[in-house]
Amino acid sequence: MNEYANRYYVVLILMLSVGLIFVIRLFSIQALDNTYKKSAENNSRRTVIEFPTRGLVYSRDSALLVENLSSFDLMVIPENVQEYDTVAFMRVLSLDSAKFYTAYNKAKKRPSLPATVYKEIPDSIFTKFQEIKWMFSGFYLQTRALRYYPLKSAAHILGYIGEVNKNIVASNKYYKQGDYIGITGIEKTYEEILRGQKGKKMYSVDARNRVRGSYKNGEFDEIAISGKNIMLSIDADLQLYGEKLMGQKRGSIVAIEPSSGEILCLISSPSYNPNLLVGKNIAKNYGQLRNDKDKLLFNRAVMAQYPPGSTFKIVNALIGLEEKVITIYSHFNCSGGYHVGNFTLRCHHYSSIDFFYSIQGSCNAYYCNVFDRILRNKDYSTIGKAYTKWRDYVLQFGLGKKLGTDLAQELKGYIPEASHFDKYYGKDKWRPLMLISMAIGQGELGFSPMQMANMTAIVANRGYYYIPHLIKEIEGIDTIPSKFSQKQIINIDSSYFDDVIKGMERVLLPGGTAPNAFIEGLDICGKTGTAENPHGKDHSIFVAFAPKINPKIAVAVYLENAGYGSTYAAPLASLMVEKYLRDSISHPEWEYRLVNTTFKYKK
Amino acid sequence: MSNTRNWIINLDWFTISLYGLLVFLGWINIYAAVYNEEHEQIIDLSQRYGKQLLWIGAAIVIAFIVLLIEVKFYHFFAYAIYGFIILVLILVLIFARDINGAASWIEIGSFRIQPSEFAKFATALALARLMSRFNFDIGNKRDLAKAVIVIMLPLVLIILQNDLGSALVYFSLFIVLYRKGLPGWILLLAVFFAILFIASFKVNIFSLELFVILVASILLLINSGKINELAPALAVFTFTLIISWITANLTEVNIELHYLVFIALVLSSIVYIYWIYRKKLEVALVVLSLVYASILFLFSVEYIFSKVLGTHQQNRILVLIGEKEDPRGIGYNVNQSKIAIGSGGLIGKGFLQGTQTKYKFVPEQSTDFIFCTVGEEWGFVGTTTVIILFLVLFWRILIMAERQKMEFSMYYGYAVASILFFHFVVNIGMTIGLAPVVGIPLPFFSYGGSSLWSFTVMLFIFIKLDATRQNIL
Repeated sequence: MNEYANRYYVVLILMLSVGLIFVIRLFSIQALDNTYKKSAENNSRRTVIEFPTRGLVYSRDSALLVENLSSFDLMVIPENVQEYDTVAFMRVLSLDSAKFYTAYNKAKKRPSLPATVYKEIPDSIFTKFQEIKWMFSGFYLQTRALRYYPLKSAAHILGYIGEVNKNIVASNKYYKQGDYIGITGIEKTYEEILRGQKGKKMYSVDARNRVRGSYKNGEFDEIAISGKNIMLSIDADLQLYGEKLMGQKRGSIVAIEPSSGEILCLISSPSYNPNLLVGKNIAKNYGQLRNDKDKLLFNRAVMAQYPPGSTFKIVNALIGLEEKVITIYSHFNCSGGYHVGNFTLRCHHYSSIDFFYSIQGSCNAYYCNVFDRILRNKDYSTIGKAYTKWRDYVLQFGLGKKLGTDLAQELKGYIPEASHFDKYYGKDKWRPLMLISMAIGQGELGFSPMQMANMTAIVANRGYYYIPHLIKEIEGIDTIPSKFSQKQIINIDSSYFDDVIKGMERVLLPGGTAPNAFIEGLDICGKTGTAENPHGKDHSIFVAFAPKINPKIAVAVYLENAGYGSTYAAPLASLMVEKYLRDSISHPEWEYRLVNTTFKYKK
Repeated sequence: MSNTRNWIINLDWFTISLYGLLVFLGWINIYAAVYNEEHEQIIDLSQRYGKQLLWIGAAIVIAFIVLLIEVKFYHFFAYAIYGFIILVLILVLIFARDINGAASWIEIGSFRIQPSEFAKFATALALARLMSRFNFDIGNKRDLAKAVIVIMLPLVLIILQNDLGSALVYFSLFIVLYRKGLPGWILLLAVFFAILFIASFKVNIFSLELFVILVASILLLINSGKINELAPALAVFTFTLIISWITANLTEVNIELHYLVFIALVLSSIVYIYWIYRKKLEVALVVLSLVYASILFLFSVEYIFSKVLGTHQQNRILVLIGEKEDPRGIGYNVNQSKIAIGSGGLIGKGFLQGTQTKYKFVPEQSTDFIFCTVGEEWGFVGTTTVIILFLVLFWRILIMAERQKMEFSMYYGYAVASILFFHFVVNIGMTIGLAPVVGIPLPFFSYGGSSLWSFTVMLFIFIKLDATRQNIL
C-alpha cells in the first residue's frame, strides 16, 4: 500500500487548490466587486414617492379659484393577482373589457410594479368596489389629486396642469415620468410655489416584495412639503361679471388697480370651462379646444395685437406736450379731415380745434398735426432720430415691449423701428405723411389689451406704473416677487397728464364721443377707439379709469368687429367700473343690451 | 478494559473539535437564516434553528453510540449494511413521497429521513472492505469492475430517485481507487471529456476540432521528435480542408465547417495510418483514436443537445454552464446567492444584519445555500475561515488515513475525505457561481437531521477506527 504513497500529496494538493480557487473567487466578489452591494440594496429597498398636495388659489375677495379633488385609480400589481371572478369584476366596475385587458397585459410585462388599469373611477363604482375588493387580490385603489376650478371661470388666467413631457424630465431632475406640472397660466408661473416638494419613504422589502419596515429607521426618508396657497389680485365678482357681459363675443377686458399694478380682471373671450383640461379627458378636450374656430386657447388679453385706434391719441398728446411741439393752447384747423396735397385723412369736425376738445371729440386732423410736428422737431437732425425719440416714449408706456407680467404667454406687440422705414423708403428719405396713420393709432401698430390697460393705469397714476401682476399673496411669505413692487416712471411731466385727463373726463360728457357711457358720480375718464382691421367691421375699443382723483381702476375693453368704440365698448367699460366701485349696476338696460348682442365674425 | 481505556485516550480530539466547531458555526448561521423578530427564543421547535438543536443533540448521542461499537462490527457488517441500504433505496424508489421533485424521502410517522444520505457511509464501508481484501488488485479487471459496481449501484438508484446532486457524490469515491493505484490517465481522461463537454457550449465545434487536432499533433511531435512522419498527413489535412471549403462555397452547398474538418481528418488519417503501420507507432495509434473519440463525442453532444433534449432541458444545461443569464428563472438562486455573498464585503454586515438573508432573497438558505449567510453576515473573513476549517479537516483526515495500519481503515478514511470534499466543492462552488446548482448540503452546516447524522456517523466511524489503530496487530 505504500507503492502509491505519493498520491497522498496529489489528493492533498487537489483539495488545497480548490480551496485556493474558492478564496480567490470570494475575494473577487466580496472585496473587489461592488456591484453585488448595489444589487443587494436594490433587492431589499423600495422607495415610495410621497406627493405633496398642490397649493390652492384664491381671489382677492377670498373666492376659491382652484382646489384639489381626490379621485381614485384602479391599480394592479400583476404578480399578486390570484384567480378571480372576471365576470363579477367587470360588472362591478362597469369596465370596458377590451380596454381593461389592453392595460392589464401591458402591466404584466413588469409584474412586480404597480400599474394603472382604470383611471378616475366614478364615485358610485368606488363605493361598490370598496365592499368587494377583498375578492380581488393584486388590485387596489390609489388616490390621485385632480385640480378643480369651482367657478368654472378665468381659464386663461389659471391655466392647467398636465403630465410632464420627455424634455422636462430630461432637463429638470425634480420631475419624473408621470408627474404633473403647470402648463400655462399661473399654474405654470407659480409652479414651484404651488407644487411643494416631493418626499420619499424608503422601506425594506423581502423577497416577495412585502414591506418589512422602514429602511434604516427612516434615516433617508424625506417628508413631502405641501404646496403653498396663493391669493390672486383677481376680483372674482368682477371677473365673472365681465365674462357674463362678454358671453360668446370675441374680445377682451383687462382691469388694473393703478396704484399697485394688480390685475383685477383679465378676460379673453370666448373662453372655456377650465375643468375640461383635467384628468383623463385632457387630451381629447385639448384637441377640441385647440381646433375650435374661436381659438379658445388663445389668450387675447396678452397675446392679441390690435391697433390701438384713437385711444393712442392720449399717448401722442402727452409726447407732444413733453417734447414741447404743442402746448395746451395749441389749436389746429379741422376741415373734415387732414389735407396735404391730394392726401386726405378724414375727420368729422369743421372748425378750429383746441387741445381738450381734440381728446373729447377725438379729432384726427389735430393729431395728424401733432404727429407731424413731433417728427419734424428741429431738436433732432433727421426724421429717423425724431421718430426713434417718439418710439422710446411709446415703449416707456409699455407698448410694444413685454411688460413682464406673471402670464408667461404674454407677447410684446409691435411698433416698427426707424430702420424699418429706412429699409422701405431709403435712409431718412421718408416723410411724416408716409406714417401719418400712426398719429391716430392705426397703421403698423399692434398692442395687447393688457398693454392698453397698463397705459391707462399710467395716465391714471399721472406718469408711472407697476408691472401688472396677478399674484397678491403667497402663503407664508410676506412679499411678492420684487419686480412687481418697483415703480416704473415715464419721463413725462405729471402736469401734462392732468391736462390730458381733463380731456378724457369730457369724453363721457355731452359733446364727447361717449356720453352714452356716463354714470353719475363715478368720475370716469376715458377715451374711445375704433380700430380698422382686415377682418370685417372695426373693433370697438374703450379705455377708462375712475375716479379721476385717486383712481381705483383702469380698464381696457376690446370688442372685435363691434364698430365704434362708443357704441358697445364704452358702456361695457362703465359697467365694469361701476360694478367694481359700487358693486351694483345703475343701468341694467345696458347690461341687457350687451349680454344679448352678438357680432358677426368672418371665419 | 485496557482496550477501552486505550481508544478513549487515542481519540483524535483535534478532529472532534473541528467537527464541534463546524456544527456550532452551522447552527449560528441557520439561526440567522431563519431568524425573525417574532421568534427570538433559541429553543423554539417551530423554528428550524430550534429543530436543528434537537438534531445536534441527537447527533451527539449517535456519535457516542458509533464510538462505543466495536471496530470489528463495521468491518464484519460492511457488506450487510451496504446491502440493507441498497434495499432501502429500492423501497424508497417504489414508495417514497415526492419532495422538491426528488423522490428520496422515507416517512415514519411525522418523521422523515433521506436514505440516500446514509448510503454514503455504507458505500464507503463496503468499498473499503472490498479494497482491503488481501488479494485485491486494482489492475485486475474483475476487481476493478467490482469496485466500480459498488460505487455505481447506489449512484444509479439515487439518479432514478431524480436526485442528481446526491448521486454525483459517489463519483468522488474514484479518488479512493486512485489512491489504491488506478492509473491517473483514466481520471485525466474523464476530466478531459468533462472539459470538452462544457467547452462545446462555449466555443463552436469547428474551433474545438482544430484545437484537438493541434494538441494531438504537438503531442505526437514531442513523442517522436520527427516532423517527417506527421508532415504528409498535415499537408493532406490542410489541402483537403481548403479545397472542400472552396468547393462548398462555389457550389453553394450548405455544409457546416465542422463536417469539412471531419472529412479532411479522415483523408489525412489514411495517409498517417500508413506511417503507423510501417513504423509500428503504438502511441500514435492511441492519440489518433483519442482524436476520433473526442470529435465523435463533440458531434454526439451537439446532436443530443439540439435534437433529443426539449427546450426546458436545454435551458437548464445552458444556465448551469453559465451560457445563459436568467436572473428570474433557473439562474435566480445563483444570482441571489452571489448578491448575498458579494454584498457581505470584507468583514460582513454582522450577525442578524444581512438584509438578503433576513428578507429571504435566497431560496433554501438554511439548507443548500447556508454559505450565503456566512458570506453576507461575516464577509470574506467568515467565508475564508470556513473554507480553511474545511481544508484543515480534510488534511487531518488524510493524515489520519495515511497512519492507519489496516488497509480497511485507510481506504475508509480516504472515502470519508473524498465524500466531504465533493460536498464542499459543489455546495460552495454553486453559491459562488463556479459549480452547477445541484442540491447537496454543506457538511455539518446545512439544516437537516438526515445529512447531519449521516456525516456524523461517517466521520465518527473513522475516528473510532483511528483510535483503535494500535490494537489491530
